[in-house]
Amino acid sequence: MPVLTLSKALNTGMRRALEDDPKVVVMGEDVGGLGGVFRVTDGLQKDFGSQRVIDTPLAESGIVGTAIGLALRGYRPVCEIQFDGFVYPAFNQIVSQLAKMRARTAGRLSLPVVIRIPVGGGIGAVEHHSESNEAYFAHTAGLRVVCCSDPQDAHWMLREAISGSDPVIFYEPKRRYWTKGEVAEDATDSSVLAMTKARVVRPGTDLTLLTYGGMVQVCLQAAEAAVEDGRDIEVIDLRSLSPLDAETITASVNRTGRAVVVHEAPTFAGLGAEIGSLVTERCFYRLQAPVLRVGAFDLPYPPAKLEEQFLPDIDRVLDAVDRSFAW
Amino acid sequence: MKPVQLLDPAGDLHPHPDWPLDITPELTRDLYRKMRLARRLDEEALALQRQGELGLWLQVLGQEASQVGSITGVRASDHVFPSYREHAAAMCRGITPAELLIQWRGNAHSGWDPERYRFHIYTLVLAAQLLHATGYAMGVQRDGADELVLTYFGDGSSSEGDANEAFNWAAAAGAPVLFFCQNNGWAISTPPQIQMRAPLHQRAAGFGLDAHLVDGNDVLAVHAVTRGVADQVRSGSGPAFIEAITYRMAGHSTSDDPGRYRTDSEVDGWRTRDPLARMELLLEKQGWSDAAYLSELDLECKELGTEVRRICKELPLPELDERFDQVLAERPELLTEQRAGYRDLVASFVD
Repeated sequence: MPVLTLSKALNTGMRRALEDDPKVVVMGEDVGGLGGVFRVTDGLQKDFGSQRVIDTPLAESGIVGTAIGLALRGYRPVCEIQFDGFVYPAFNQIVSQLAKMRARTAGRLSLPVVIRIPVGGGIGAVEHHSESNEAYFAHTAGLRVVCCSDPQDAHWMLREAISGSDPVIFYEPKRRYWTKGEVAEDATDSSVLAMTKARVVRPGTDLTLLTYGGMVQVCLQAAEAAVEDGRDIEVIDLRSLSPLDAETITASVNRTGRAVVVHEAPTFAGLGAEIGSLVTERCFYRLQAPVLRVGAFDLPYPPAKLEEQFLPDIDRVLDAVDRSFAW
Repeated sequence: MKPVQLLDPAGDLHPHPDWPLDITPELTRDLYRKMRLARRLDEEALALQRQGELGLWLQVLGQEASQVGSITGVRASDHVFPSYREHAAAMCRGITPAELLIQWRGNAHSGWDPERYRFHIYTLVLAAQLLHATGYAMGVQRDGADELVLTYFGDGSSSEGDANEAFNWAAAAGAPVLFFCQNNGWAISTPPQIQMRAPLHQRAAGFGLDAHLVDGNDVLAVHAVTRGVADQVRSGSGPAFIEAITYRMAGHSTSDDPGRYRTDSEVDGWRTRDPLARMELLLEKQGWSDAAYLSELDLECKELGTEVRRICKELPLPELDERFDQVLAERPELLTEQRAGYRDLVASFVD
């Protein structure tokens, strides 16, 4: 089994999709000759040509809007938005058009469009390059919102997103692009976890950490550190942010009795609020403590020199774990 | 640039060297008939809205020539991306009154199968459809198909970023898309002079689009120009732009009060340029309409009116239940639970 970086795993995922289906097109700013600013599309235009891997004008609304048109014509566009903070000009096309077309046409039209967005901070970027905007899209019915966290998931979730019938906001945590891991590129579909499912990445009995993307690794490290305190913590990578896999979430919390949600996005009205509410409603009698949230502060993303303090880290996760046990 | 005109308001013909058109009695009668039917639908829909049977109606009154002339200038196999006032164009494609009204009665968000009529659903967010048209045309290009994409928008839409992104991108890609602007004078209450300094067709040329200006109340001119430009687009010359100067005789919508922002004299001035009136004069002057043709058309319009009134009240009511299956291809578990909860609640009430 090859060991790939997460970015290369995405690259091979798109390569497979381009090979498998002549209707798949990759499009975005600088995705062709440059291979994308993170090199995720490296070499694809060279091998599939500029009609399949399209360097677009610098126009995010245009990227999504034309992708909708291509999808209506029978194509399967895989769009890249260069950075998370640049998706806002495309917001109208995503939430008013892409997400709603199926409902507006009473199910007559499908829009199989994938929008890949590098997400989150932790790489010392300049402003508008480290945003976590998943809550905006998760709030919109008609979109699937997923977030990968390791190379195997990156590869397979992307392939599944491209081959599916729904629009997918596909988040790629930037800080994990260079993480290496084994990728079973030829696995059969049945041995691959569906992108709609959450995954228990570390089983435990005493508390559940619910997280995704760049925070999965932080939570795993926090869980390891908590062993010293005699705490056996379960870590769940949610993978699908909308719809949520409520079954996996509630099964875990019903066993452990404690839950802490961890994400990079600002805490207020973030995914943590939704998950906390869901867990409270479904696991109320099993809960030993309120569901706690660890997110970024409710501030605009700060300059790079402050992001370590702004973003959740192991200490803040462990502090929330302590607060849960102190209840 | 002077708008291309083949038929003046007095009903006299003026052949144009660049836009030849074989003006036969058949063509003239056909275009006139299509405009008459569209106007009748418009009148009935307005009445239905005033009676509370439609939530809203966006009148096409005054713009019949722009729409009928342009849609008949492209082929039935060409794909159309309309805005939301293209009732006359939709009717020309065979879209039925029921399919047109259901959206405005509030029973659905769209009424027809876009693939069947090669006519996309209405788009209410301004200019969004211009990008869809451009993307679709890029697909046509990739397929090597002998098709083009016709997309409608208004003068107000042209201020949106999406319009400008679409013009630029279509030109850069050489996509076979024909942008058709119905400049109807008012973006709700905003006149063009507040919206733009450069006339639309001039701006389009700046994007690299082949731009044309036409008298939008002259159905023959619109037809001739659209057909000619469509041939050029089809031949691979890249996207083109037609600005049709027309006038919205009614308000923006049935909720609008145009009396607040425009004068009676302005409206009266445009009334003398009515697109139907000049065709009637032409038919009469040329001796192309006889009593039989006119009475048959009157009857057809009357029957359409009766049909519109009948079907409006019979349009099927939607079921909330169905909506849960129209969000994503596969219904998510949480939505299934939400639906079940709603069903249980409803079932718990005693009538």
